[in-house]
Amino acid sequence: MNTASDTRLGGRSIVFGDGVNTDVIIPGRYLVSIDPVELGTHAFEPLGAEVQAKLAESPVVVAGKNFGCGSAREQAATCLIGVGVKAVVARSYSRVFFRNAINTGLVAVECPSAVDAIREGDEVWVDHAAGTVTVGESSYQFAPFPPVLREILEAGGLVEHLMKNFAKEKK
Amino acid sequence: MGKTFAIKALERASGIDGLVAGQIVDAYPDLYMSHTATWRCIKTLERMGDPDLFDPNRIAMVMDHISPAQTSKIAGDHRLSREFAVSHGIKNFFDVNAGIAHVVLMEHGLVKPGNLIIGTDSHSTIYGALGALGTGVGFSEITAAWVTGKLWMKVPESMYINVTGPLPDGVYPKDVMLKLIGDITADGATYYSVEFHGSWVESLSTSERMTLCNLAMEMGAKNAVVPPDAETERYLLEHGVDLSTVEPILPDADAIYEHRIDLDARTLEPQIAVPHNVDNVVPISQVVGTRLDQVFIGSCANAKYDDLAIAAKYLKGHTVAPGVRLVVTPASADIMAKAAADGIVTTLIEAGAMITNPGCGACAGSGGAMADGEVTLSTANRNFRGRMGSYESSIYLSSPAVAAASAISGVITDPTLVLA
Repeated sequence: MNTASDTRLGGRSIVFGDGVNTDVIIPGRYLVSIDPVELGTHAFEPLGAEVQAKLAESPVVVAGKNFGCGSAREQAATCLIGVGVKAVVARSYSRVFFRNAINTGLVAVECPSAVDAIREGDEVWVDHAAGTVTVGESSYQFAPFPPVLREILEAGGLVEHLMKNFAKEKK
Repeated sequence: MGKTFAIKALERASGIDGLVAGQIVDAYPDLYMSHTATWRCIKTLERMGDPDLFDPNRIAMVMDHISPAQTSKIAGDHRLSREFAVSHGIKNFFDVNAGIAHVVLMEHGLVKPGNLIIGTDSHSTIYGALGALGTGVGFSEITAAWVTGKLWMKVPESMYINVTGPLPDGVYPKDVMLKLIGDITADGATYYSVEFHGSWVESLSTSERMTLCNLAMEMGAKNAVVPPDAETERYLLEHGVDLSTVEPILPDADAIYEHRIDLDARTLEPQIAVPHNVDNVVPISQVVGTRLDQVFIGSCANAKYDDLAIAAKYLKGHTVAPGVRLVVTPASADIMAKAAADGIVTTLIEAGAMITNPGCGACAGSGGAMADGEVTLSTANRNFRGRMGSYESSIYLSSPAVAAASAISGVITDPTLVLA
């Protein structure tokens, strides 16, 4: 079992608004790849090179409501992992993006009070086991994940979680 | 206390009685659909060490998003999927000629009332047109279901939408959905099971119900459903389903709904979603005259037989405006064949339309790209920036009637003001 300190992820933040859709996160033309790093080079391409450069230096993506709305493309989560994002803090998610995040091992938490407090460039730390987002001296709470989701996340994703279970069954 | 459709469907799929909204359960879907993402599922399965499949008969694969292949990489992805289907005994494999997965599966009798169906496509909500609980998932989840037969699902709360008709002439289910998306917003139904009710909904064909359930995704819905009825039975029989194998699920009359929306659509104007979000909806009068470079009649939302027939009705005897390209992509091979037999294809071609092979086509960015500054009016379900070519181009969304009337004039045109 991970200790609380293992579940703490964070760093510099980049801030987006409401309704960021999957076509903006990773345009459909790049879905011919499943390599996270290659996908990462195209993350947020429609918003321009300046945003992409900032993203590459920001392990925490902060967003408004309905982040990741649109397509079911799993690469919307994997491209963020590929570009070095460790955690997403949003007011809310589209349901498919949230599933894809958990299932690919990307920490995605809903914490509107933290989103209100964060200014772009702030250092933000997310502890998904403790259910806290820390911004400077302040700490904000979110409902911790149910056990089944935590297991998937802590295994590094759904496929890794299943492989771990298969290995256990074989023993 | 009565139960909603979603509670009953997930009780059946999980084998657990007495579910309540918010609970997370393991559910066993009846069908796992993968489209062009199939090769990603196969690669994921290989990474897992190629374990045995839970039930090959619950797997359906449709090569729809990029068809035919545009590059050797994509041709290789298709070949991998084709060969995997043969080697793993997957009967429900539909190749690049078939059309859009959702429509193809329904036409082939693979979607039944009461089923739980997951797909690597957000618009899997469309299966509710036949009374199934359809929902979109990622490709890793489809792969996991191939192996384990199950996936985790949160039991959703439900939204009751009642629409009062009839609609004015020239106004269609697409307009009703755009109005609802604009009102409810792109996340107003997030995580909800959306149920469509009322005498107008009951009067709709299965094809029209597909448009409703498909577009409910654009309000964030987990799934959407029209309670199955005599029309559903008619469609199932027409598509070779043995009704004795069907166990429909209906919501209880006293079910608890978190939200109820009533829309009186009797005086509704045609509706348009303007760039770059689907909930950016205005009545057509606000954007009439907007110059167009391209009109696209396609997608799982609005390229079914009745959609093509409506377009042909407006286009018959007219020609597309100079400089405007009209791209028509039938949703499936069966629809294309029927439209060809009935003269609809000829009417469209004579008007200047370009008919492409069935599939997702321009909606998925496969052909029909725009240059910088260009504008497309599309019958599809998304108008996100850059979805059809340049990041500096624009997409407006409408019904097939608006699309056809506008293709003739070259600007956004109200079909209710044009004699069809």
